[in-house]
Amino acid sequence: MKNTEFEITEEKQISTLERVSEVLIAIFSRPSGMIGFSIVILHIIIAIISPLIVPYDYKEINSLIMLKPPNETFFFGTDQLGRDVFTRTLMGGRIALFVTFFATIIAIAWGGFVGIFCGLVGGKIDDIVMRIIDAFLAIPWILAMLLIVVILGTSTQVLIPALGFFYGKGIVRVARAATHDVIARDFIMAAKARGHGNFSIIWNELLPNVRDAIMVEGAMRWSWMLLAFSSLSFLGFGVSPPTPDWGLMISEGRGLMSFAYWPVIAPIVALSSLIIGINLSADAFAKALGIDRTQKAPV
Amino acid sequence: MFLLILKRLGLGLITILLVSIIIFTGVEILPGDACTAFLEREAKGELLQICREKLGLNVPAIERYLTWSYNALNGDLGFSLSGQKPISEIISVRIRNSLVLAFTAIIIGIPLAIILGIITALWRDKLPDILISTIAIFSMTIPEFISATILILVVAIWLNWLPGIVIVSSNTTILELLPNIILPVIAIAMVMTAHMLRMVRSNIIQVMSSDYVQMAILKGVPYWKMIFIHVLPNGLLPAINIIALTIAWLLGGVVVTEVVFNYPGLGRLVIESISDRDLPVVQALALILALIYVGVNLTADLLTLLVNPRLRTLQIRK
Amino acid sequence: MKEIIQSIKNLSIGFKSQDGREISILKNISTSINRGETVGIVGESGSGKSTLALAMMGFAKQGLYPISGECVYKSKNLLDLSDRELEKIRGKQIAMIPQNAGQSLTPNLKIGYQVEETLKLHTNFSSKERSIKITELLNKVRLPSPNVMAQRYPHELSGGQQQRVAIAMALAGSPDLLLLDEPTTGLDVTTQAHVLQLLNEIAKDTKTSMVYVSHDLGAIAQVSNRVIVMYAGEIVLDGDVRQVLRSPLHPYAHGLLNSIPKLSLPGLPAAMPGTPPQPDENSNGCSFYERCELAIEKCISSKPELKSFSNSQTKVRCFRHDKLSEKELNKNIDSILPQKSKAKRVLNLENISITYSRQSILDQILNRFSNKNITVKDIDIDIKKGETIALVGESGSGKSTILKSIAGLLSIKEGNIIFKDDISLSSDVRHRTKAQLRGIQLIFQNPDESLNPSHTVEEILSQPLKLYFGLSGIKLKNNIIDLLKKVRLSEKYLYRYPRQLSGGEKQRIAVARAFAAKPDLILCDEVTSALDVSVQAAVLKLLQDLKNELGTTYIFVSHDLAVVRAISDRVAVLYQGRLCEIGSSSAVYKYPSHPYTEVLLGAVLEPDPDLKPKLAAEDIVEEKPPENGCCFQGRCPRVIDEKCFKETPPWQISENGNAIRCHINIKDLLKNQS
Repeated sequence: MKNTEFEITEEKQISTLERVSEVLIAIFSRPSGMIGFSIVILHIIIAIISPLIVPYDYKEINSLIMLKPPNETFFFGTDQLGRDVFTRTLMGGRIALFVTFFATIIAIAWGGFVGIFCGLVGGKIDDIVMRIIDAFLAIPWILAMLLIVVILGTSTQVLIPALGFFYGKGIVRVARAATHDVIARDFIMAAKARGHGNFSIIWNELLPNVRDAIMVEGAMRWSWMLLAFSSLSFLGFGVSPPTPDWGLMISEGRGLMSFAYWPVIAPIVALSSLIIGINLSADAFAKALGIDRTQKAPV
Repeated sequence: MFLLILKRLGLGLITILLVSIIIFTGVEILPGDACTAFLEREAKGELLQICREKLGLNVPAIERYLTWSYNALNGDLGFSLSGQKPISEIISVRIRNSLVLAFTAIIIGIPLAIILGIITALWRDKLPDILISTIAIFSMTIPEFISATILILVVAIWLNWLPGIVIVSSNTTILELLPNIILPVIAIAMVMTAHMLRMVRSNIIQVMSSDYVQMAILKGVPYWKMIFIHVLPNGLLPAINIIALTIAWLLGGVVVTEVVFNYPGLGRLVIESISDRDLPVVQALALILALIYVGVNLTADLLTLLVNPRLRTLQIRK
Repeated sequence: MKEIIQSIKNLSIGFKSQDGREISILKNISTSINRGETVGIVGESGSGKSTLALAMMGFAKQGLYPISGECVYKSKNLLDLSDRELEKIRGKQIAMIPQNAGQSLTPNLKIGYQVEETLKLHTNFSSKERSIKITELLNKVRLPSPNVMAQRYPHELSGGQQQRVAIAMALAGSPDLLLLDEPTTGLDVTTQAHVLQLLNEIAKDTKTSMVYVSHDLGAIAQVSNRVIVMYAGEIVLDGDVRQVLRSPLHPYAHGLLNSIPKLSLPGLPAAMPGTPPQPDENSNGCSFYERCELAIEKCISSKPELKSFSNSQTKVRCFRHDKLSEKELNKNIDSILPQKSKAKRVLNLENISITYSRQSILDQILNRFSNKNITVKDIDIDIKKGETIALVGESGSGKSTILKSIAGLLSIKEGNIIFKDDISLSSDVRHRTKAQLRGIQLIFQNPDESLNPSHTVEEILSQPLKLYFGLSGIKLKNNIIDLLKKVRLSEKYLYRYPRQLSGGEKQRIAVARAFAAKPDLILCDEVTSALDVSVQAAVLKLLQDLKNELGTTYIFVSHDLAVVRAISDRVAVLYQGRLCEIGSSSAVYKYPSHPYTEVLLGAVLEPDPDLKPKLAAEDIVEEKPPENGCCFQGRCPRVIDEKCFKETPPWQISENGNAIRCHINIKDLLKNQS
């Protein structure tokens, strides 16, 4: 008796873990997934531990060693203020990852909530809400973001919710479509016929099935947000100097490209690799979960 | 069918209305007003009063909204604080410039995207597809300012073939503008084409695996005939919508690219006006860009209706 | 006399699995098709029959490739030919009529164009001659107003019409060989019968050879001269249609025929135990060994070959076929226990009327007629405890609508549903008490859709137990294991996900879920329609056993009249939302009194080539019921006079106990029908 019970619980635990590892294995079995995931993990690790491992102080200005090309002391050379490019590159992703990560969570939360809500409610309310969202989509995000940032400042408390809000719109669409899909299926009707309450149906029957689609879309959104964040920094409306940030570094080094390419190339490679990594992972993630993502245009 | 068109137009108008309300409210909500924003530290006393009167900021919000929208409908978009000119003057020149850019990018980019999309779909997973798709993925994921910067680095600085930055003023003739648009067009077209070709590719792949394509093969329809008659019309249909969205993005979203190249278009104006804290211009820009977006989408919707026989006879939604 | 058109030798087709193994779908197929004959290929899902049909055109679906063997047509091996050469043969000499005609017609092209395309490719007709030929073809397949039809798009046609267009397209090239892949699946009973009759005529007129692939033995019986039975990728029986269907000499074929419910025989058919092997399971012996009653040692150690015996043409793949000639068909029938007439009433449908419009889903372009106002009117049925009452009818009959209203998912316009001794049941689930909810349970048609894909079996079965009985912990688990036992599934199913189960297993879980609530009444909505024939028999047996054990009442909705005959005590026949006839199954089936019941039963296809269906009514799809008069006035072959069009027909009861609504006196009806 005791043995059987123990065996049964063992099996159950394996089966919940099984699913997660199933997905991870599927992601890693694809070359795109493996490469993408590794890049992302690498970036995250570097972002977290960089302050501990960097050779120099990122903001230390030294007019004597301005724009020195890469050598043994300064692996990536120095920039126009004599700061070590290597240090700044390693640390350049910290704020970007921090802000965009939390902004993505906000986007998934509000986008998922509104999307599922609209998908369930349908009718006039759905129409009205979607119309409003469409109207918001019509305004170019950059204009809105810049305006907000100009008036309210560039602190992370402003950037995170602002980015989260604007990029949640795409998730609303996906969540709504997924909800429409699932709601029409028999097992939802079966639950309704049994007399389950609405909340119970949403939680138990609906959510587990739309969760996948929303997660995949969220991953894609994360990469868009990084793009947006860096663009903002590039334009001078994001992070303020002397904080190291890739977008900012590219903007600062742009004017000097004709005689010093290294302050620009390093952050370019870093940022590009991260974005590509996230994209590849999201793609592999989607394929592993069997989700068909009919793509839409940017934003 | 006619009713459907009317319905769509009506919805479009409602969206525009909503957009104008959102823009106006958005600007209102932000702390301060156009004058305090623009004048910043000098925003007090007489200067403030004069400014406010000039812009008519002393009337209640709703009245201002109505005046603003009424004027906008008549072509008067307000007055620019930093440029000291009617906004419509400023914007019209910029629109012209951006259109030149957009138009060129579209003419080159869209046909290229469609052709490449078809190629990658038909030769799926073979060399042409792998090559093109990889380049496309890179193009799509790298931020525009980076690709633009790399372009400048490589073409303008290292190879010295073309000017990197535009130095003409916004009011020059189109002819003078032309040599300057080459690099920006390449930068924009790269991203646009990449996105579109991926979407065309996935649509066509989907159609290729459909039952009716299998049926056509089993009827003995020769391969290329089948592609042109059975596959492409169905596969490219959703492309209309995608083109629409991309065009709208072109006009507004190329802000960053215009800044990198210093091109005097609408996008750069956005940055300038925000840097200058010139709220009336910002507001007007938001409205114009949104209008373009809605207009393009509407056209795409209507085109799709006309072209897709299935939507013409079934009129039910949901 | 016998000229061979196509000959297939040792054909094996398969694919490479993800871990590099070569898995065959078709294993070593050898057979041939003669001129002018119609060969029916029978098999259940996974037997490889569709793959074989496509191979006869030299086509293999994405991912499949020929492993060995050949498929020879006019002395050329189709599998060796280039695409160019194949293009010349396909559509012209060998043509295919696909399964889902609606999906197989290109949506952006008019049908006239698509038919003309075949003509343009494969004939030398001039433009004018082509137009004439198109009209001729559309007429031949009985499509009304060919000129108007030709200008329509595929989505503007009904399912039956789309199928006919597919037939016309196939005939356009005047092929020697026609391949048909389940062409009548999904069509109504009467439409099906009409289409089959059409095919028979065409075969006779043009001497075209046909290969008819289907799982439906009734349809096969109607059109074939010869029948090939496939199992697990192999041919197990190949012979004359009467031979195969009356005295099948392979244990699988024997079991299959036994497991089909037949109109003439009441009671449950005998189910075959087990399931077919997966394509990657290869054994040294016979593939049917595990499920075979007659199996002996030899059967597992060596593989039987397909060969003929004595002087007949029939080929069998079995060592024990001689034992089968001693076994008669239809011996193992369980008869239903007779009903106690003093049973209490469980449900009463009093004067029910329902109105609602079904919403069409834009991307599921079935046919535009599915977007009509479905009205159900004047339904009066009394249901007693422990009985199984069936609601039968074709699409649009309202049977599912009524079921959904009883379940509380659809509101009724008029009338009352009275449950047990209670007052009226609300037609909205949200207003019902827990006891009422518990008492009525629903089982759906499609097992893929009715189970939540992200829940394990344990989670699925725990839902009703938690909801109705508040169980948790060990008690909950034990209850679930009990339920699984009831539906003959072992404990190891607890942690499986629906996607890991077969259709039959999933449906059993759905049955278990319904019984978890210990209901008084279970509503079965086409519960066997999506299952393979042999699985169907097992599920029916399960339902019957559970009923015997627990005394549950069933309302069984189905379009399959033979299945209904097997399991029901009483039958209610519906047309366009109106009750036509209601009575005990034996009475209704033996003496179908209402003209519609007559038509319906007449159109049923039995797996006997000599029992031909009667096509009494026209194959029209009606959009909505008529305002006045009898609901069947549009198609009734026995329409008498104005009364049928103006007055609602009165109820009449025959001496056998059937109640019908008809203006014709029931005694006269019975006289005319015998």
